[in-house]
Amino acid sequence: MAVVVFAENNAGSFKKASFEIVSYAAAIARMMGTSVTAVVLGSMEDAVASELGTYGAAKVVKAADASLDTFESHAHAKALAEVAKSEGAKVVVLANTYAGKALAPRLSVKLSAALASGAVALPEINGSFTVLRSVFSNKGFANIQLDTDVKIVSLTPNSYKVVAEGSAAPVENRSLGISAVDFKSTSVEVKTVTGKIPLTEAELVVSAGRGMKGPENWHMIEEMATILGAATACSKPVSDMHWRTHDEHVGQTGITIKPNLYIAIGISGAIQHLAGVSGSKVIVAINTDKEAPFFKIADYGIVGDAFEVLPKLNEALSKFKAAN
Amino acid sequence: MKILVCISNVPDTTTKISFSSDNKEFNKAGVQYIINPYDELALTKALELNEAAGGGTVTAIHVGQVDAEPNLRKALAVGADDAVRIDTAPVDGFFVASEIAHFAKDKGFDLILCGRESIDYNGGMVAGMLGELLDWPSVNVITSITTSGGEAHLERDIDGGREVLKAKLPFVGSCQKELTEPRIPNMRGIMMARSKPLLVLPAATNTAHTQVATYAAPAPKAGCKFLEPSQVEELVQLLHTEAKVI
Ligand SMILES: Cc1cc2nc3c(=O)[nH]c(=O)nc-3n(C[C@H](O)[C@H](O)[C@H](O)COP(=O)(O)OP(=O)(O)OC[C@H]3O[C@@H](n4cnc5c(N)ncnc54)[C@H](O)[C@@H]3O)c2cc1C
Repeated sequence: MAVVVFAENNAGSFKKASFEIVSYAAAIARMMGTSVTAVVLGSMEDAVASELGTYGAAKVVKAADASLDTFESHAHAKALAEVAKSEGAKVVVLANTYAGKALAPRLSVKLSAALASGAVALPEINGSFTVLRSVFSNKGFANIQLDTDVKIVSLTPNSYKVVAEGSAAPVENRSLGISAVDFKSTSVEVKTVTGKIPLTEAELVVSAGRGMKGPENWHMIEEMATILGAATACSKPVSDMHWRTHDEHVGQTGITIKPNLYIAIGISGAIQHLAGVSGSKVIVAINTDKEAPFFKIADYGIVGDAFEVLPKLNEALSKFKAAN
Repeated sequence: MKILVCISNVPDTTTKISFSSDNKEFNKAGVQYIINPYDELALTKALELNEAAGGGTVTAIHVGQVDAEPNLRKALAVGADDAVRIDTAPVDGFFVASEIAHFAKDKGFDLILCGRESIDYNGGMVAGMLGELLDWPSVNVITSITTSGGEAHLERDIDGGREVLKAKLPFVGSCQKELTEPRIPNMRGIMMARSKPLLVLPAATNTAHTQVATYAAPAPKAGCKFLEPSQVEELVQLLHTEAKVI
């Protein structure tokens, strides 16, 4: 018996979401009186892989097959299922990233395991196994009961605090039965956006709407994001008008995010927009209209013109950053 | 090509979500249902692919009850050739995927398109499960697709960027925004939809892996603390010392 956690390999290193899910898996393992096996697929130094012990993995199983360096959901699902079976996994934990979203459903069928995707809290285990996930695009939550022997939980990034209190874990290098036929799609090119913090993983997000008047004014938004080390986001009309690329569109029909801080500038706060961002821990709204619905869910608000507030706010943030 | 498009029936995006007093049920009273916005993209793209290929059929499938039929008729009005409704109350993503896989397995489809996720239960699992159940490839969150010679050229969102990839037909794709603009039915489409076939089939598998134990509404917000436009330094301090987010 074990809790198996899939730690995504990002060109030889881990992202924070992986540390979150290992910490999360460790908490589940404690509830169940078992231990965590972390799985790493693709090339990675043993020393890097063993770091997962710090977050609670008792051991790391690594399949350093270079063919697994590029994510391919079928090959990865097969490899992960093989490890889950050999470890006697009762619970498998993934991050609810694009890779996790592609992998978890295939794994669920392979292992005949119930899947709770987008979990936001630890499960409750007492006879039954239930876990809270957001539904209706963040307008509500549901406690989902998983009724199979093996369970899969994919955790929404930024939902669980990283706990670093263990020490390096032993790394077991394995060769899994993955061959060319297990790759069902062929990657032609991977275009990574560089110099930009991916929105789905960001802890701080600066977002703007139609109130910014035009794409030429986004330098103020980008400046704030740079000062804070934040990702940038936008409302739907902004991406529809191609002021910004669609990967910045948040909301019910865009990306759902849960950052620690969401700064909404010149966004009215339509119900479809709020659906995607209301899970943010702290919300700041800046809007000329004091009746803007965003103020109903904001923690801090400034009723004012973004074109006046932003230069001053950016200056204040720069000063703060320089001093802290 | 012979394309199957999966249609989910979801509350309109303006719906205020509430639950019964015992938190066991979602309050459906007064809720307008629409075709899941991502499924509209799947439907439109299926039609576009066949137009580009110079022929083919598009079948819309829904797992659910009779109240979804107006939206299946809408799919027909947009351009689907026929529609299928598996007559049952779906329980979870696995339940839906199993029914669709059972229907699709011996029908010779070249492609199955779903939405990225439904905007009600947000599971995002039907495409991958269907792929695994049919032993087909599945490609998530596609933002571009063209097909030629039994192969699809695709682009999809990945963490921190985009991937260009190829996959052999048949496969299951889940559709992401930017793939296309959803088509709106015209008068002629609406007239024609009335006489297009809408087949109702009994459920075949009826198996779920999960159930909703309880629902919960988001915790109410404490209220907004307002500052003057001149108080930017105070705002920064509050974010640091009170909210502790910077
Ligand atoms: C099916 C469907 C799905 C949708 N999905 C989404 C979604 O996923 N995400 C999304 O965002 N929207 C979505 N929408 C659209 C949504 O209903 C709103 O239309 C949209 O969010 C509005 O964007 P906005 O706030 O940028 O623009 P507006 O509503 O035009 O608001 C602009 C705001 O800027 C303020 N403003 C103007 N000038 C200034 C200034 N100088 N300084 C400060 N403030 C200023 C105004 O007071 C106003 O509040 C969807 C709609 C539908 C029908």
